[in-house]
Amino acid sequence: MLHQTSVQTVKIVVTGPFSAGKTEFIQTISEIDVVATERRITRASERIKDQTTVAMDFGRITIDDELILYLFGTPGQKRFDFMWEILSEGMLGFVVMIDSTRPETFREARRILDTFRSYSPVPYIVAANKQDLPDAWPAEDLRIVLRVEPGIKVVSCVANERESVKEVLLELLYSILELVDAEPV
Amino acid sequence: MALKGKLEDFGITQLLNLINLARKSGTLYLEGSDEEAYLCFREGKLIYAVKAGVDDSLPAVLQRAGVFTPEQVRMIRDNMPGKSDQDIARVLITSGRLKQQAVLRHVREHILTLVYQVFSWNRGGFRFEPAELPVQGKITTSIALENVIMEGNRRLKEWELLRDELPDLNIALKFAERPTTPLRDINLNVEEWRVISFINPRNTILQIAQYNNMDELQIRKIVYGLLQAGLVEMIRPARPTVSGTPTSRATASAEEMPATAPQMRRPAVKRGIIQKLIRRIREL
Repeated sequence: MLHQTSVQTVKIVVTGPFSAGKTEFIQTISEIDVVATERRITRASERIKDQTTVAMDFGRITIDDELILYLFGTPGQKRFDFMWEILSEGMLGFVVMIDSTRPETFREARRILDTFRSYSPVPYIVAANKQDLPDAWPAEDLRIVLRVEPGIKVVSCVANERESVKEVLLELLYSILELVDAEPV
Repeated sequence: MALKGKLEDFGITQLLNLINLARKSGTLYLEGSDEEAYLCFREGKLIYAVKAGVDDSLPAVLQRAGVFTPEQVRMIRDNMPGKSDQDIARVLITSGRLKQQAVLRHVREHILTLVYQVFSWNRGGFRFEPAELPVQGKITTSIALENVIMEGNRRLKEWELLRDELPDLNIALKFAERPTTPLRDINLNVEEWRVISFINPRNTILQIAQYNNMDELQIRKIVYGLLQAGLVEMIRPARPTVSGTPTSRATASAEEMPATAPQMRRPAVKRGIIQKLIRRIREL
C-alpha cells in the first residue's frame, strides 16, 4: 500500500522597487531555475535593465520530504502592483529589497514597505542591496530614510552572493522565531 | 562613503533629517540649477554654510548685518591682510569693538540665511562627504537641525512633494521615542502647537486637520515638518475612529496609548518548522 506524504509549503515574499535586485536574489538561492515572468522593457524611462518582472518570480528551496519553502518575487513596477496583495496572502514574512545606490527609488521603497505592512502584519526585513558598489548608501542611513522602526532589521546585501542572500533569509527567520517564542499559541 | 543623488529625488529637508538623526559629521555639497553651496555639520549640528557668490568673510558678514560700513570693512582688510576670520574676530573682541556673543550671533544669522535660501532648491545634485570639514580659520557655530527643518518647511510650497511624502492622511502620529532635541527647545508656532496637542495614536492626521480647521496643505506642511525634524512618527491608528472629534493629548489616559507600532502577528506555523528552515538555509 502506498503512503502519500503531505507536503507543507511556506512562503516568503521578496518585494521592493523596480530594479532593486529581487529576481537576482531569488535566482541566487533557489534550487530550481527561477520561474520568471520577465518581459523586455519598452518604456524609455525604465530602460536601466533589459527585462523586468511583470507578474512574479518563483523560486524553491526543499527543506525535507515534508516541507518546501517558496520564494515569491513581486513585480517592481507600479503598474503591476495589483499582484502584490495576491502574492502576499499567507506569507510567513517578507523582504523589502532596495537598491542602495539609487536614492530616486527610496520613496517608492517606503511606499511598498507601508503597503505590505498593511496587507499582513507579519515579520519583515529590509535588505540594502548592492552594498558592493561604491555609491551605496549605508544600511543604517537607509533605516532613517525609510523610517524603519527600531525593532526591524536592515541588513546589508549583495543579491548575487549566496552567503549574503542566506544571511538575509536567516535574519528574517530569526525575527519570525523570536515572534513565535514571544507569543503563546 | 559619499552619499550622492539628485535633489529632485531626495530633497534638502530629507537630507537634513538624515544628517540630524544619524548625527553625521561632514560637508553637504549642493549644486542647484545655477547655484552652488555647501553646508558643514558636526555630529548632526549645522556649523557652517557657504554659498557661491556670497562673500562669507567675517567683515562682509558684519557689513551685511549693519555692524560696519563698507569703509570700515575696507580698513579692517587693509590693516589685517590675509588674517583668518578667527584672527579678525579675536582682534575685534579684544579691542572692545564687538562682543563675542555678537560675533557669534551675526555668523549664526548669516548661516541660517544661506540655509533657508538653499531650502528652495529642488533641482540639481548633492554629495555628502563625511571626511571633509573645510572650516579652517572660520568661526563656526552649532545649530540644532530640528529648528532649521521646521522653519525651512514653513517656507515650503511644493504641494506635490508633500502629497508624495504623506499620501495617506488616515494615518496617526505618535511622539518619537528618542528625539534628538526635547520638544521644549524647538521653536513651534501656534498652528504647530495646536497639531501637537492632538497627537495621539487614536487621532488620524485628517481628524486633527478637521478639528483645527486646517486645509490639506496646512496640515501636510506641519506634519511633514514634525516628521522630518524627528519629533513625531507615523503609525496606523490604534483602532478605527468613528467620531470626528479627536482625542486631545491632555485627556488621553495612559492605558489608551497603544504600542508604538502595529502589532506583528504570530505566524501560523510551529516553532519546529521555522527551526527546520533555519537549519536548511544554513546548510545551503
